[in-house]
Amino acid sequence: MKIVLCIKQVPDTSDIKWTENNTIQREGLESIMNPYDVYATEAALKLKNMPEGTEVTALTMGPLQASEMLKKAIAVGVDKGILLSDKKFAAADTYATGKTVGTLIKTKIPNFDLIICGQFAIDGDTAQTGPSIANTLNIPQVTYVQEIISYDDGSLTVRRELDDGTEIVKVKLPALICVLKDYFEPTRAKINGIIKAQNSEITTYGFEDLGLSVDEVGLKGSPTYVSKAFRPAPKDVQCEKITEIAALAEKIKLCGGLNG
Amino acid sequence: MVKEILIYAEVTRDNYIHTVFFELANKAQELAEKLGDAEVNALLISKPGLADEYREAFINSGISKIYALEDERFDTYYTEYFAKAAVDAINEIKPEIMLIGATNQGRDIAPRISTALHTGLTADCTGLDINEKGQLAATRPTFGGQLMATILCKNMPQMATVRPKVFKPAEKDNIKPAEIIYKMVNLNDIEKKVELLEFHKKLTTEINELDSAEIIVAGGRGMKNDEGFKLLKEFADKIGAAVGASRVAVEMGLASHDMQIGQTGKTVTPKLYIACGISGAIQHTIGMDKSEKIIAINKDEKAPIFEISDYGMVGDVFEILPQLIKQF
Repeated sequence: MKIVLCIKQVPDTSDIKWTENNTIQREGLESIMNPYDVYATEAALKLKNMPEGTEVTALTMGPLQASEMLKKAIAVGVDKGILLSDKKFAAADTYATGKTVGTLIKTKIPNFDLIICGQFAIDGDTAQTGPSIANTLNIPQVTYVQEIISYDDGSLTVRRELDDGTEIVKVKLPALICVLKDYFEPTRAKINGIIKAQNSEITTYGFEDLGLSVDEVGLKGSPTYVSKAFRPAPKDVQCEKITEIAALAEKIKLCGGLNG
Repeated sequence: MVKEILIYAEVTRDNYIHTVFFELANKAQELAEKLGDAEVNALLISKPGLADEYREAFINSGISKIYALEDERFDTYYTEYFAKAAVDAINEIKPEIMLIGATNQGRDIAPRISTALHTGLTADCTGLDINEKGQLAATRPTFGGQLMATILCKNMPQMATVRPKVFKPAEKDNIKPAEIIYKMVNLNDIEKKVELLEFHKKLTTEINELDSAEIIVAGGRGMKNDEGFKLLKEFADKIGAAVGASRVAVEMGLASHDMQIGQTGKTVTPKLYIACGISGAIQHTIGMDKSEKIIAINKDEKAPIFEISDYGMVGDVFEILPQLIKQF
């Protein structure tokens, strides 16, 4: 089986600082692998021996530094890394990203069986790129996958975690799945994995390799654009600070309707 | 020509129209007024007969037309069937704006529809407006909820998803008999490749705990470990509250995903929300700031959670909660 693992490097949004002009201070902002893509990596690695000879290729679109993240994926057991990088791809929305990534898979990895994405990326929080790739490739998708149950003769059985319950579904490959979380501890890099990662070559593709026009990628190829970005205004409430536990309990009783 | 705002009317597994439809229909009335000469219509994809059955329910939502796409194969949701039917219909209807509830189904289908239509989709909007040029101005939190962005779309339809409970349904019935227009469905060339083997419905208590709770006690990074969440649960049980969590707490493995409140989790509106060890990143507050009263406990007096709270206590949750439990 050939698996394409789509991952994204994101800024660590839990530690954001603001400049005096209310813009985000980007210097010193650390880049991490999107947490949901860590689960996606786990899911891909779990499938490595079912069937034997399964090959996992990690793919990302981003700046050249993103190859570091691909090497980390190789260190934990992924076989190969592909980086899609070009200034022309910059500021792509989910439509343009889906088209760019989908076109790369179509042209460079046409015999794939399974594409695995994280359900969300924590910087954009859209959950749109996976389905957009699936649509570009005209393949079925299964979103909200919590667990991979089995692989059997060209079909994958997975568990979906939804608001109203749990579904067990069987999808005929080729297909794309979006992974919410797996019930496995993230794999740690082993020494031979790290050595393999150091010696591995990341294949890099750019705009010229895709056969798309300039109007189809990056900002130009994106139907949506940001007209303004702003720091949310604080809500207009006065917070009354309480220091006594008994007084706090009174407020809880009062506001929660627990009196009498 | 009359402009149209199309709302996706999701049919749930139990065969009712998802409540988010009525919230979006109400918001869309406001957008239609600003657009001028516009009507709000519904797109209903279902098994045969449902449009007629639901006519009553739709009457109260103020919509003008129900575009009904009916087929036996729409008995259960399948992404490719529903997306193909929706795309064919939208190509005919040519709405200016299309709104979809950001439910599991909505988030699954919306990007398939927008990609097939070569148009843009703005996810999880918290504000929708019409700008001076008559465009849909969709505002959403981004960058982990630290920044708000207003997004415009240069293609048609301008699409957006909105989470349940972000907007309110109409307060009083907006009675208007909706006209049902049946549209042709053509699924000929699609093979169904996903088979549903089992479905385990969540118990009602599991589903509705956070949605219907009058009091929610939620924990964040400051709850540190399983012991912290145990303490939180003990406190919640004592005051009859449901337990929620911030995304960080879920990522730390302290709480399950269905307990998550915030942009990628649930939106809740309880009478009282007690935030324990939650700093108050917008990613989280977007899902709870419409609570009637908010009380925060946090050791950092500068934590942004205090800016939206009615009452606050600065201190260590591990010291405060055990004392608080004794008060009830």
